[in-house]
Amino acid sequence: MIYFDRVSKIYSNSIALQEVSFTVKSGEFISIVGHSGAGKTTLLKMILAEEAPTSGNVFFDSIDIHKVSRNQIPKLRRRIGSVFQDFRLLPNKTAYENIAFTMEASGRSDEEIRSDVPHVLDLVGLGDKLGSFPFELSGGERQRLAIARSIINQPDLLIVDEPTGNLDPITSAEIIEIFKKINEIGTTIILTTHNKKIVDSLGHRVLTLEHGQLIRDDKEGKYAL
Amino acid sequence: MGLIGFGRNGLVSVASVMAMTITLFVIGTVYLGGNFLNSALTEVKNKMDISVSFKTDAPEADILVLKKDLTFLPEVKQVTYSSREDELLAFRDRYKDNETIIQSLGEVDNPFGARINIQAVEPVYFDKITRFINGRNSPTNGGANLIDQISYKKDVVSKLSNLIDTSEKLGWAIALVLALLSIFAVFNTISLAIYTSREEISVMRLVGASNSYVKGPFVVEGMIAGVVASFLSLALLYPAVLWVRSVTANIYGGVNLVSFYFGNFGKIFIILFVSGVVLGFLASYWATRRYAKI
Repeated sequence: MIYFDRVSKIYSNSIALQEVSFTVKSGEFISIVGHSGAGKTTLLKMILAEEAPTSGNVFFDSIDIHKVSRNQIPKLRRRIGSVFQDFRLLPNKTAYENIAFTMEASGRSDEEIRSDVPHVLDLVGLGDKLGSFPFELSGGERQRLAIARSIINQPDLLIVDEPTGNLDPITSAEIIEIFKKINEIGTTIILTTHNKKIVDSLGHRVLTLEHGQLIRDDKEGKYAL
Repeated sequence: MGLIGFGRNGLVSVASVMAMTITLFVIGTVYLGGNFLNSALTEVKNKMDISVSFKTDAPEADILVLKKDLTFLPEVKQVTYSSREDELLAFRDRYKDNETIIQSLGEVDNPFGARINIQAVEPVYFDKITRFINGRNSPTNGGANLIDQISYKKDVVSKLSNLIDTSEKLGWAIALVLALLSIFAVFNTISLAIYTSREEISVMRLVGASNSYVKGPFVVEGMIAGVVASFLSLALLYPAVLWVRSVTANIYGGVNLVSFYFGNFGKIFIILFVSGVVLGFLASYWATRRYAKI
């Protein structure tokens, strides 16, 4: 599904990624680990077409992401859900509106929005928080809202960047459980994290980045840094 | 969403509307002034004619032939003939209250020659028409000269139209400079709005919002500023034309710019409205292209 072919990203005074190559198959749950500045976020940004590689190619199925025209990028992004450490919710919109806004932006009808939003909020355990603003929610609830938003358009791929960085261990475990369930129904997940416990508990494939280089690709790996 | 954005930006929106209002006001003034002066110039041109006084002994038949020939010239719009008797009557009428003049007239033969007045299609043809008339001698009176005097004021028209042209050019130049300034003002407003909404825009990008979904509201916001400014400038033009009428009250009873304003209200409105929308669109489109990249 995702194929990085000798991808490098060089900023004016640093190398973020160096000749990175790997493949992600449909339905996989992959963890990418590495110290801060190892290139994890740059790698995710490339999948979202927010950053272009200096050299090499990134493919989504057979599409070369960085050769897609600007007009086609939104269509590509609709196939990808994303969750971040800082949630990236709109503070002046309620939980319902945050999700509705995503559906509206991707061109879904009002009828679909009315029927799907309560359903997805129920799925992440926020069925009773439809009218709450992000500042009225706890960290875990905010992250669940962000997850609901990321899956509302039924993406093929979910990109999850440090999702538990701001959460306590119990809430973190709850959040990871949600991701497992999402993966079980067939959505491919790429997760970056610093949390050793989470990586070890998942028991899935682990890619390890160091100074922009892919130094390890373990099929059923552990956090080893 | 554009309307909401316009409201949320409060004072900054007011500043860009003000800048655009001034620009549109100047555009309106230049248009109004230019058109009014041109119509005044046409009026003056219509009143301008070549006046040909004939010698008292010039045979009327020759004059009438000349008149007929003149009407066939493509450069001539209209020719009116006034016989010696008509001229005398007109003179008497003009000085009917002055007994001395009327009395002295009775002591001599009719001292007036006949006259024809020629209106040209354009004042530039005055010279050509004059040459045509000058070349005419009396065929019935042994080739004697028929003409006593030919008079016209061509210079006034050309000077006046040059003056109007120059002032119009100057007006448009000022309007152009102001238009650029107001584009900058709206550009800054929209850029600020984009900066304020950067979080929202980044989320929009993330969820795959289309280009038009992200940029549309900002472009609409700029166009709303243009629409509001067009209404304001149209309203401001009214007291301006009233003021022009009052300060020009001593000249021919005042320049009637007010009736010109109302007579061309629809046209002025469309010009200001379209200019406002176009300026707002250009400025906000430029800002979104620069700052709201997908």
